[in-house]
Amino acid sequence: MLIPLWLTLKVALLATLIAGLAGIGLAWWLSRSQFPGKGVLDAILVLPMVLPPTVIGYYLIVLIGRNGVLGRYLHDGLGINLMFTWQGAVIAASVVSLPLVYKGARAAFEEVDARFANAARTLGAGEFELFIRIALPLAIRGIAAGLMLAFARAMGEFGATLMIAGNLPGKTQTLSIAVYEAVQAGDDARALWLTLIISLVCMIVLVVSGRLLQAKH
Amino acid sequence: MTLSTRLRGTVLAATLAFAGAAVQAQELVVSAAASLTNAFQAVGQAFEQSQPGAKVIFNFAASGPLLAQIQQGAPVDVFASADQETMNKAAGLIAAPTRADFAANTLVLILPLASTQAPKALGDLANASIQRISTGTPATVPVGRYTMEAVEKAGLTAALQPKWIFGESVRQVLNYVARGEVDAGFVYRTDAMIERDKTRIAFTVPTTTPVTYPIAQVAASRNPALAKDFIAFVRGPSGQDILQRFGFSKP
Repeated sequence: MLIPLWLTLKVALLATLIAGLAGIGLAWWLSRSQFPGKGVLDAILVLPMVLPPTVIGYYLIVLIGRNGVLGRYLHDGLGINLMFTWQGAVIAASVVSLPLVYKGARAAFEEVDARFANAARTLGAGEFELFIRIALPLAIRGIAAGLMLAFARAMGEFGATLMIAGNLPGKTQTLSIAVYEAVQAGDDARALWLTLIISLVCMIVLVVSGRLLQAKH
Repeated sequence: MTLSTRLRGTVLAATLAFAGAAVQAQELVVSAAASLTNAFQAVGQAFEQSQPGAKVIFNFAASGPLLAQIQQGAPVDVFASADQETMNKAAGLIAAPTRADFAANTLVLILPLASTQAPKALGDLANASIQRISTGTPATVPVGRYTMEAVEKAGLTAALQPKWIFGESVRQVLNYVARGEVDAGFVYRTDAMIERDKTRIAFTVPTTTPVTYPIAQVAASRNPALAKDFIAFVRGPSGQDILQRFGFSKP
């Protein structure tokens, strides 16, 4: 009963980490630069939030499937096959979570008063220092909110995960997939237990992160 | 009756009241095992032609989930499963006198067309060159149960245990093999015929339990007369002819 939980937590935490790093980095870059096609790039980064998860699953299959655009090189060259693995599940969850971090972080960075950055520059701060000591701390609430949403999304990811990672108990059967299988098999007791477990875990995450965000003030 | 079943029943009754009796008399909802997809679509068309005004609505999925839907009150008129076990579990939900076997099938092992492997028997699947083998989830998909039975009989349960990639239905297993995501897969002969240009049959798998398909009218059917007509059509010469065209054999 708990194996799907550990698997889900593992996948969701890693996916949030990856989506977090990528989302924050991209948000910082796009909040400060202007270039032709910026609007298109922004749209592409938000797209996974709007597309149905099964469509994302299909794109991923085309990309990393055994005969996929990248997949065939991964398999023939490195012997790596991401289909039906928990690593594949992490990729699927990262892709659907990225827009949530990106949007939250970008909005937060754009709210940071430009005068702080300029003042820091007159005092000799480099761009990286600007990011770490000025922008990030001031944007942390928005970023944290984005990360929380990303984690929740990664925990609940179902469609794309099912298509990429399949339903292998103990290896890739996350909680949401386990609930689905229990209902299909008519095992209501198991479905109920799994639902209660994930509801409890999500409640704890929300309460704890709510407290953390409050403590900032 | 639970609240949600009663609510569902009320909504359904209201919808039917709006739709009118004429529609109710003509529509038939058939839940059939995934392996019957192509054959039953053809049977449905032929049935509609033989009974003007009748409309068959199909619901294809693995037999297990179909049963779960019926147990939860889905408005199904006819249920056709890919093994006796699922129909046995449906005992309280079907009109027992209408239950009958209408087709038989064979279990085969298929490989992606481009595969260089050449397994000749189940034992060859234990080789290191075959890393991923697909079949249906045994708990809910009949083809998975037939497979596990055969594997157990050959004493290969432990050897093959780490290689399984379970599919939600036999058609998903077929798809995995067609796309080359797995090295081999267990499907029915009739499914292998559907993907002839992407897969090839390695060998036939003898099963302990014969692969037979039962069909029955759901007890709560809103249209038992039409349901019985459909079952008679499937078991009659026209239906059997179509099924055999798709590779099924007589029960």
